[in-house]
Amino acid sequence: MLKKSFFGLVIPQFEYERLPAVLPEAEKVAASKTITLFHARNSDQNRPASIRIGDKVNTGQKISLFADDPAYVIASVSGTVSAISPHTGDFGKAYMAITIDIAETETFDDQFATLAPSPTLENALEYLAAAPGSPPLQTLADSDKPIKTIVITGVDSDLLTGTRQYITGTRLNDIKDGIRILKNITGIDRIIMVTGRDTIQGFGHIGADVKSIDTTYPAALPPLIMKNVLGEILPAGQTCEDMGVCFMSAEAAASIGRAYAGGKLPVHKVLTLITKGGDRHLIQTTIGTPIKDILNVYGVAINEEDRLVFGGPMTGSAVYSLDQPVLPDTDAILVLDRSQAAYSSDYPCINCGDCVRTCPAQIAVNMLVRFLEAGQYEQAADEYDLHSCIDCGLCSYVCVSKIPIFQYIRLAKYELDRAKTAEATDV
Amino acid sequence: MFEQKKLIVSHAPFWHIGNRVTERSYHTMLAALPAVLAGLVYYGVPTIAVVGLSVATAMLWELLINKVMKKSPTIGDGNAALIGLLLAMVLPATMPWWAVITGTFIAVVIGKQIFGGIGSNAFNPVALTVAILMVSWKDLFDFNGMLLNYDFNFAAAYPLATAKHFGAASVSSFSIGDLLLGRQTGAIGATFGLGLIIGGIYLMIRGFIRWEISLTFLAGVYVTAMLFNIADPVRFAGPGFHVFTGYTLVGAFFLATDDASSPVWFVPMLIYGAAGGIMTVLIRNIGVNIDGVILAILVINLISPLLDKIRPKALGKVM
Repeated sequence: MLKKSFFGLVIPQFEYERLPAVLPEAEKVAASKTITLFHARNSDQNRPASIRIGDKVNTGQKISLFADDPAYVIASVSGTVSAISPHTGDFGKAYMAITIDIAETETFDDQFATLAPSPTLENALEYLAAAPGSPPLQTLADSDKPIKTIVITGVDSDLLTGTRQYITGTRLNDIKDGIRILKNITGIDRIIMVTGRDTIQGFGHIGADVKSIDTTYPAALPPLIMKNVLGEILPAGQTCEDMGVCFMSAEAAASIGRAYAGGKLPVHKVLTLITKGGDRHLIQTTIGTPIKDILNVYGVAINEEDRLVFGGPMTGSAVYSLDQPVLPDTDAILVLDRSQAAYSSDYPCINCGDCVRTCPAQIAVNMLVRFLEAGQYEQAADEYDLHSCIDCGLCSYVCVSKIPIFQYIRLAKYELDRAKTAEATDV
Repeated sequence: MFEQKKLIVSHAPFWHIGNRVTERSYHTMLAALPAVLAGLVYYGVPTIAVVGLSVATAMLWELLINKVMKKSPTIGDGNAALIGLLLAMVLPATMPWWAVITGTFIAVVIGKQIFGGIGSNAFNPVALTVAILMVSWKDLFDFNGMLLNYDFNFAAAYPLATAKHFGAASVSSFSIGDLLLGRQTGAIGATFGLGLIIGGIYLMIRGFIRWEISLTFLAGVYVTAMLFNIADPVRFAGPGFHVFTGYTLVGAFFLATDDASSPVWFVPMLIYGAAGGIMTVLIRNIGVNIDGVILAILVINLISPLLDKIRPKALGKVM
């Protein structure tokens, strides 16, 4: 963890993880007995289930909770469904956790293989939305918000994480195929590949416009890529999709490329494991592998009150169970000892202004947090630029009073969004 | 789901820079120590009484008000002790005990806690206290009268009063070197210019105070005093004299920079500091009061929230 320098005058700068030029192969970690898949769940549950405990599944088989459910997961192993239970994620997001006991012999599902020779946006949407990297195919298919530009990020948005960089370094051919297929199936010509400033060479043939960005945090967050690479400033309160820009990780592009080239749905996720000592391991594992299996392989002992974070140190989210599985978009797992992790406090803002000086979006965080603490979200959004926030977390990181500013901001955005949705549906 | 370990679930970010409010208070007190120790050398044992009483009662008032308001005690953050120390620094060494206790009451209870505690005070508690005490008991801040019984080995007249009443020529005997070394009468922690400057530089490079405020405050004093001096060299003393006498340095480094009552954006900080410096010299040279720092700081505290409206447009702001 970066500590402040003696010269407190200087605003701390975080450098993104930089992998060596010659990359070792990612270490393969297998799930031991079971894997768990998180299937997004809508509130409407009274329909006949199309998957039951005891059902046999093959690797690459598409699983939906109901026959006409648009959401689905892809079985990443062959085996028997042993449990289906509800699971609640961050901000009340509802899932069904489908647990599969791994069978001894692996059999592949061939449904996708018949479609692979003729890629279309429809069949990509049908089979690839749960592929490693979570390709945002739904966004691409949305006719309300036409996408004009696809940005493929070959850099990781959080610190200590080297996953996308690794994919960019080792699976360039898959990415190249992915870009070609994306161009064909979406008809979008403007595809931009974003990479770190020092790794710009060697992308000449990739078929996308290659741009480089700064190597200091938070340059790889989408709003800053929009600003620095595309030259478009994201208006407060709008999403990149509203602006016609779709962000996709390099792994998602590689998944698309690999799936159509090989006729087999990819089920292995690359991720960075950051252990308590700060050692980084690049791992390739099956989607759905419980985190305890990974930790066992690396001998990481977990004690009471430690923290397990899915994602990087600045924007990740902590999980409460060692059974939490690797998801298609899990780029990093950070293990923090209880003595390492930061605690927040209920101390008031002393108006020191450190947050204001560190904020990349130039928000008056000192005023914003006063409104957020009082629960006045509307006013915070109207007068103090809540929606300009790019979710980097630097304000919480520097806060002298250790106010959970970032959490307040997320909560406020979530509440405002909920109120907006409620208004829209309440006719 | 057997032998499940209990993990802590918290929100991002999972790192923290490690700054603490307590650290801020203690380092500011540390930076103030050279000036206080010089006060001890020049004014002797009574200094210990004033400083000790001031720090102790400030903390007691804080504890008392915490109890009365049924809040968890906040004296651990060191802010009350800091207020006590800073208040002692701007008092004469012979301040009577009851005035010190009244002073800390005003500073901690009226200056800080009734506004809502740390971070919510609209005015610098110490400046507010001195202003109230000055209005209530004018004689207590007449340094010539208060330090009458001392036998100094340097000119025993309060330089600012001399300059005000007898013109620039009367203070030509004060060399900058003497003023820097504290060879002038005044408040306990306000005379040793060198110590204050060292403390101030320490606070600025450590980031505990905002350099923009301190430097523009001093620049404001210097430039304004220089203009006055050019306009009428007989009546108004030179800029160096104004920077190193009275409360200028303690004001620039310790009072104007108070977190809660000063702006946080770059341009507002510059205006805030410069306005404070200009006001100081205006009050000193053409006002009734002998020293203008305290009143100038109260005025800039007042405009600080307005100044903070001058800020760059946030990313993607449409209007």
